[in-house]
Amino acid sequence: MAPPRSDDLLIRPRARLVERGIELAIRSSAFIVIAALVLIFVFVGKEAVPIFTSAEVHEEVTIGSMVAPRADGAFSWQPVSMVPKYSLLPLLVGTLKVTFVALLLGLPVAVGAAIFTSEFAPQAARELVKPAVELLAGIPSVVIGFFALMVLATWLQDAFGFVYRLNAITAGIGLALAVIPIVYTVAEDALSAVPQTFRDGSLALGANRWQTAWRVVLPAAMPGVFAACVLGAGRAIGETMIVLMASGNAAMLSLDPSTSFRSFSATIAAELGEVVHGSAHYHVLFFLGAFLFVVTFLLNLLGHWYIGRLRDRLQGKSRRPARSP
Amino acid sequence: MTRWIRFVAAAFTGLTGLCCAAILAMVVIILGDILVHGWDRLSWEFVSAEPRVGMTEGGIFPAIFGTVVLVLLMTLAVVPLGVATAVYLHEYARQDSRLVHLVRLALQNLAGVPAIVFGLFGLGFFIQFAGEGIDKVFFGGKLAFGQPCLLWAALTLAVLTLPTVVVATEEALRAVPKSYREAAYAMGATRWQVVRRVVLPQSIGGMLTGAILAVSRGAGEVAPILFTGAAYYLPYLPKKLNDQFMELGYHIYVLTTQSPDVEATKPILYATVLVLLMVTFGLNFAAILVRSRIRRRLRQT
Repeated sequence: MAPPRSDDLLIRPRARLVERGIELAIRSSAFIVIAALVLIFVFVGKEAVPIFTSAEVHEEVTIGSMVAPRADGAFSWQPVSMVPKYSLLPLLVGTLKVTFVALLLGLPVAVGAAIFTSEFAPQAARELVKPAVELLAGIPSVVIGFFALMVLATWLQDAFGFVYRLNAITAGIGLALAVIPIVYTVAEDALSAVPQTFRDGSLALGANRWQTAWRVVLPAAMPGVFAACVLGAGRAIGETMIVLMASGNAAMLSLDPSTSFRSFSATIAAELGEVVHGSAHYHVLFFLGAFLFVVTFLLNLLGHWYIGRLRDRLQGKSRRPARSP
Repeated sequence: MTRWIRFVAAAFTGLTGLCCAAILAMVVIILGDILVHGWDRLSWEFVSAEPRVGMTEGGIFPAIFGTVVLVLLMTLAVVPLGVATAVYLHEYARQDSRLVHLVRLALQNLAGVPAIVFGLFGLGFFIQFAGEGIDKVFFGGKLAFGQPCLLWAALTLAVLTLPTVVVATEEALRAVPKSYREAAYAMGATRWQVVRRVVLPQSIGGMLTGAILAVSRGAGEVAPILFTGAAYYLPYLPKKLNDQFMELGYHIYVLTTQSPDVEATKPILYATVLVLLMVTFGLNFAAILVRSRIRRRLRQT
């Protein structure tokens, strides 16, 4: 609603001053939110810049040496050896490996559960699953990391005979537990936003509930389900404590998910505490942080863009002009 | 053909149901395991005493104290800022304005920034920029705030939990009937008078929900405080804003990964995890209760 502006009203000058002052304070708090995001980018990015510009840093590491193999053909991450090595490839492979496992397990379970609760479940089951997901979302990631490290790792090793107790499968399952709540929530929102008339129409034409869910509701909600997956991926890539605790933290270059590994986020968490302020290593860790920020930022933008598209679609708006016949 | 369709339908429904069952099972297994193993060690001494004998005996009082002080400071910072932002978005701004769109975009993205990046931000901005700046200006270059400490950890968590508070508060503002505002405006109230006397008193519940959810989230986050103030062991409790502190989540992380004797610390570790879960779930539960009351009112209007 648009109330009259305060200065149009017949109020005392002092009251008008108070009114203006408070409006300014409230307005600036909204700016702080935008500023916070910008400051995060600026202050994390600032410490990453010397990687590109500083000659001193270049004696130890350059973008080229982080990406290309060493003279002996190896890619290794050993920042605190006599000759520090900063190859990002083992960390990248580790990050992708664990994210892949987490999404492979987490996405189907979360989307499946969302379909079940919005399409098939009786009211009682719905009221059991939703609080359970909220409970799962409320478990701090350090507790999931603890569980993965202390309990899950032992179970999985006993069951599958892994050589490495801590590996990408163990950490990936832990990470899936962190991804499931966000994917479930967004996907469930999208599915239940599909108007009931869609379902009624389909059922009236003789389709059963499964056909209605699979051929009508799911396609209608697709942008939202896709958004859920993208936001889940963003969460998985940036999650730190679970991976830090359950990955084994060995920066080995291997595609095998049953070996120990190290991710970008865990590398920052494990190494920044002991690093010399202003050293090449320090700047490399901030570079990793800036990289994580940019990747998750883009995934978030993409996710919310899809959510907006879903809203437009269900309201019957189309961003593309209608095709001429 | 119809039999085949019926079979596929049943299989599909069963499979999605299985997904739900899997989620339920995982929640039960995790919480059950922690409850079973942590319960025995839990005692009044455990939550009220200092740790002894290399963390294998005694209690975790300093970690509980540190967590409480940390989240209280965080709340002091995040609630006024979050509520003001929500009031701006819902009461002051024109809904189609570009600024509103930008603020919402920033909030959505802030909620998606990885926790570890907040840790880097806290170190780079609060400690090295703000902290060292304060030292230069007020302490003549002597080290006071240019180091990891309670204040900077709390502010880092405040930035992290800001979206939670804004979203919860805005939901409560939305639940205040439009007619209340119109009645107040009709009697000649100014915008701030309407907000302060009519809208905010009606949305106390939402602000409370936001604050509780933020505290629950903040109490469980470890990555942002790794470099901004948490310490593994301190022989004293934090007294000043620039002291370091012990914290429950950080305590769990260090005990789990760096303990020389995992078997000896295991009972204590489980009990610590249980305490952390009781804190975060207790708070979450309180928030759910308050929120369901607001939602009920939202439905009535």
